Amino acid sequence: MAELTMVQALNLAMRQEMDRDPSVLLIGEDIGVDGGIFRVTDGLLSRFGPERVVDSPLAESGIVGFSIGMALAGLRPVAELQFSGFSYFAFHQLENHAARLRWRSQGRFQVPVVVRMPYGGGVRALEHHSESREVYYAHTPGLKMVIPSTPRNARALLASAIRDPDPVVFFEPKLNYRSFREEVPDEAETIPLGESRLVREGGDVTLITYGAMVRRTLEAAERLHQEDGIESEVIDLLTLSPLDYGRFCESARKTGHVVIVHEAPQTFGPGAEIIACLVERSFLYLEAPVRRVSGYDVPTPYFQREQAYLPDAERIVRAVRETVRY
Amino acid sequence: MPRKTTYTPPAVEFLSILDEDGQVDAKLEPKLPQDFLRRLHDAMLLARRFDERMLSLQRQGRIGTFAPVKGQEAAQVGAAAVLSEQDWVVPSFRETAALVWRGLPLEGVLLYNAGYNEGGRVPDGQNFLPPSVPVGSQMLHAAGLAYGGKLKKSGAIVLTFFGDGATSEGDFHEALNFASVLACPVIFLCQNNHYAISMPRAKQTSSRTLAQKAIAYEMPCLQVDGNDVLAVYVAAKEAAERARAENRPTLIECVTYRLSVHTTVDDPSKYRSEEEVKTWERRDPLSRFQTYLRNLGMLAEKDVEAAEEAVSARIKTALHAWEDRMASLTDPAVMFEHLYASKPPALKEQQDRFVQEWSTRGEGARHG
Ligand SMILES: Cc1ncc(C[n+]2csc(CCOP(=O)(O)OP(=O)(O)O)c2C)c(N)n1
Repeated sequence: MAELTMVQALNLAMRQEMDRDPSVLLIGEDIGVDGGIFRVTDGLLSRFGPERVVDSPLAESGIVGFSIGMALAGLRPVAELQFSGFSYFAFHQLENHAARLRWRSQGRFQVPVVVRMPYGGGVRALEHHSESREVYYAHTPGLKMVIPSTPRNARALLASAIRDPDPVVFFEPKLNYRSFREEVPDEAETIPLGESRLVREGGDVTLITYGAMVRRTLEAAERLHQEDGIESEVIDLLTLSPLDYGRFCESARKTGHVVIVHEAPQTFGPGAEIIACLVERSFLYLEAPVRRVSGYDVPTPYFQREQAYLPDAERIVRAVRETVRY
Repeated sequence: MPRKTTYTPPAVEFLSILDEDGQVDAKLEPKLPQDFLRRLHDAMLLARRFDERMLSLQRQGRIGTFAPVKGQEAAQVGAAAVLSEQDWVVPSFRETAALVWRGLPLEGVLLYNAGYNEGGRVPDGQNFLPPSVPVGSQMLHAAGLAYGGKLKKSGAIVLTFFGDGATSEGDFHEALNFASVLACPVIFLCQNNHYAISMPRAKQTSSRTLAQKAIAYEMPCLQVDGNDVLAVYVAAKEAAERARAENRPTLIECVTYRLSVHTTVDDPSKYRSEEEVKTWERRDPLSRFQTYLRNLGMLAEKDVEAAEEAVSARIKTALHAWEDRMASLTDPAVMFEHLYASKPPALKEQQDRFVQEWSTRGEGARHG
């Protein structure tokens, strides 16, 4: 058991899966010699060689399209895109092909590709480097959309994603890459895709979140406990598609109050879908309008203003107080 | 029917005028007025010194990640120098030298790199676009702009910059194809600085030159010594004339080198040797041009000193202007501006709520 950062935990997941299954291979720009721009694949080239850790030309559509072909040939490619903001070059391959080949071929072919990419703000990066646009992928039938929040669940979820027979878009919250460590058991672990995690129990309000916002939400929950005596139940979704609505609908029935926290812009954001699930399944139990604390409907501003854009504990606390006192 | 040859691709020409030691090939030397040569020199010097200052500001944490221009000044300034005011420059993210030549104020560059959207503002009346971060995506805009200029008979041509890595992106190929098929007056200027982050050019493409990629699109192309400002100037001038007279695009590959880091978060010692860098330092575009000007009798020691002083004064003024400007940019609600021509009501509502919440925050929370 070692205390790992999320970067180390993801590295461990890939190493273990590559050891376990010779058909697993990695591809992406700068992932070999350089170890990836965030060093997530550091050391894997020397361990597995250039045939399994492929430094590719600079072309996201190429990387994903090529991975689809490799998957059809029986490999299990794990593609890295440098930032989710550059995944739109590859969106066409994900939407038009990765997500549909099983369906189009009536079950004959499958595309077990994982496309990893860092997402989200908070690290003072350049334009296009801080966005949180998971909805594009969660909205695409045929794709799975996974977002870990801690080193341990990142390792387990990436292992599950690699073993999964379907294409998985795997968003890594770069804010959490190195900001804290967690004990990660030596032996491989998996978490079933589509299962959320109860992070904190409480009876007054349900806070639903994922990714980098989990820590900010927990910070808010602690403040609410100390300052107001409000007990929050915090649910970390881990997978946006398929969405584990069962757990949060049940929690909402218990608390009657819900606040959703995400970095993505509000309009048509993940919160909108979550509210729809709540209304469809737990309407009569809700005691107040569900509130969303989200990014605004603007591109993430350059880094001087990104903290004003991102949800933080202050905004979450405020929203919880409003709903609890409704 | 026997097999036969239907097409033999043309050879790719390589143009070099000023060699590594600053010796000029008199047959190819363009006859440029002295004050113009001085302007080229001063612009390259300014770009070099400004880059150095930005690097130190970055190391002090006063600006964020940026992509240095060091080593590529000749490719940028030499090409931009052939344009007239109405022509357009469509940059990627490394074109500080070209944009400063075109009139982007230094304080704007600082502001942009310090994380303020306001730094992306292009001064009114100036024809260039803001930085384009997604690699290669801007080349299609350049082709379209050029086509628009043709249709509108504005007489404007377009110069777009990109790197060797960009030639792997689909957008590069689409842009060349569109420009050629639709006869667009555009110059595609590739700065082959040998690396796309850690990836050497040889792993980017199996083509022997990047210029030759144009041949498939039936587009004129050539390679030039990108560290030779005269060669870049001459090549770009020819391309500009072709664009103006025939509406034909050209691909120019400037063979150059990234002397500094890819960006300030990069550690090139992981993937390239000191020796390689030293080789290219000997081909430095700035000192080479200085030797040339010295040989022409245009650049005595005191002239260099005067140029250095002028450049450093200009940078100093820009730093002050930048600091003043930053002090006035405290309101984050600007993030809601400029997204739509007129703000949709729901966005206005978000903004109002933001402003109200922000104003009631403690100082501590604001700087979280
Ligand atoms: C579409 C896209 N993918 C990845 C990146 C990350 N990235 C930034 S610069 C760069 C390398 C670009 O190399 P090149 O085109 O040769 O230009 P250079 O930086 O060398 O000037 C990469 C991969 C990006 N900005 N855009």
